[in-house]
Amino acid sequence: MAEVLVYVDHVDGAVRKPTLELLTLARRIGEPVAVALGNGAADTAAALAEHGAVKVLTHEAAEYADYLVVPKVDALQAAVEAVSPAAVLVPSSAEGKEIAARLALRLGSGVITDAVDLEAGDEGPVATQSVFAAAFTTKSRVSKGTPVITVKPNSAAVEPAAAAGAVEALSVTFSAQATGTKVTARTPRESTGRPELTEAAIVVSGGRGVNGAENFAIIEALADSLGAAVGASRAAVDAGWYPHTNQVGQTGKSVSPQLYIASGISGAIQHRAGMQTSKTIVAINKDAEAPIFDLVDYGVVGDLFDVVPQLTEEVKSRKG
Amino acid sequence: MSLRIVVTVKYVPDATGDRHFADDLTVDRDDVDGLLSELDEYAVEQALQISENSDDDVEITVLTVGPEDAKDALRKALSMGADKAIHVEDDDLHGTDAIGTSLVLAKAIEKAGYDLVVSGMASTDGTMGVVPALLAERLGVPQVTLLSEVSVEGGTVKGRRDGDTATEQLEASLPAVVSVTDQSGEARYPSFKGIMAAKKKPVESWDLSDLDIDEDEVGLENAWTAVDSAAERPARTAGTIVKDEGEGGKQLAEFLAGQKFI
Repeated sequence: MAEVLVYVDHVDGAVRKPTLELLTLARRIGEPVAVALGNGAADTAAALAEHGAVKVLTHEAAEYADYLVVPKVDALQAAVEAVSPAAVLVPSSAEGKEIAARLALRLGSGVITDAVDLEAGDEGPVATQSVFAAAFTTKSRVSKGTPVITVKPNSAAVEPAAAAGAVEALSVTFSAQATGTKVTARTPRESTGRPELTEAAIVVSGGRGVNGAENFAIIEALADSLGAAVGASRAAVDAGWYPHTNQVGQTGKSVSPQLYIASGISGAIQHRAGMQTSKTIVAINKDAEAPIFDLVDYGVVGDLFDVVPQLTEEVKSRKG
Repeated sequence: MSLRIVVTVKYVPDATGDRHFADDLTVDRDDVDGLLSELDEYAVEQALQISENSDDDVEITVLTVGPEDAKDALRKALSMGADKAIHVEDDDLHGTDAIGTSLVLAKAIEKAGYDLVVSGMASTDGTMGVVPALLAERLGVPQVTLLSEVSVEGGTVKGRRDGDTATEQLEASLPAVVSVTDQSGEARYPSFKGIMAAKKKPVESWDLSDLDIDEDEVGLENAWTAVDSAAERPARTAGTIVKDEGEGGKQLAEFLAGQKFI
């Protein structure tokens, strides 16, 4: 069976969930071979083996943290040359897409980004994408070279599958470009204790109707009762009520959780572009005419300052 | 000293319009108004700010690859304050994908001459966000991308990149490719004076032969990816909408429990 390379997104050896989803999707196409780079690379092996990686190629070097993107491209290229895979899968983070693009160019291959599903086809993997603010669903494939495909978080349910996960050292020679962009400082994002926005199964977002930074506390309280991430519309971010890193929309993050709860968000096209692929959509808004209600599975026309706290209390009491 | 900045911009269908596909599964540009991609306005703005903060002679060239109407995007950038424009237009470009587009842009950037390339983080139509990285790879220069702050001094570009898990400070020597996010700073509106001045600024037109690119390197037939189908997403079945009369939160909780979210 053909091997499929999976780029491992991890933080000091802790594998992030989108990588486990990729391993599940990779098994539809072939045998997953994981590539883990940088500090803690070898520590990822156990988690990767539990999710179907037959092999884990690792390489630790300071370059991965000290310079931007290119050292990782060099390593993936070395892995492709070592394995000759049927496809390369990369998580669809901003960095993941940059890595995938440069790798594809070097391999003389096409690149597909932001796939929301993946299946085997007669002419290689077929990727489903959701485009034009999710108004259209396309099916595409790479028509030249080794398909390089990035996949959005929450595109597949993680299914454990035991495999050998044999760790092998990858031999990497860094290119002249590898040290071109220095990372002179890195400040880890302060943990809120909440799930990461793009990976979360549930997202609770607030918009203009929240009407002030201090009022985001009630959005956060609902999120915490559900174990959810907190999102914000551009209006709320531009007003300085919530950080840009939490912005959902065309110019912010694109999310597709199992459940999206929009509070005080009207649903302008720019916001819809970032959340319309959510599986279940719920909205709370005073304005019965708000376009967000066109998208919802369940909507409450009402004041979020009444509805959200009541919902939070109800969730807490039901969860006991 | 002089600093030559090339800003890459894209003419895109208006996101608030009714965007759809043509019969050949490329983006239909006929039935929806086009405009300068909003995210590219931030790139033009940062180029202007780099120029305003610089002691060097700075020349800002805006570059686009696209059909005849794409001149509108160049005019907008010129009216904001860019100095000149280059329009790469060729019938053989129809349907070119991101990798092909990066080839055309890279050849045009090299022909124009540059010290710094500034791009928006992504286009608002394709939203791939890969072209700046592809340009850096093709040009063989550092990529300093997804910046919310950018500055250029003494042949070095510095910037702040806000990632998922960390904020990074980046630094590279020129020449380099930069991309900026919508957090880099609100883009200015063209003034009346700027709009009038833009009419007199030079717009060069190049085709594939000017860039020594063969027609079999670009276009839909030679794209590196193929779209096999595009289906309009079925309209969502109308959801349940209730008016809050004091029990809205509880009713919503009931719905969420029924869906097994609680």
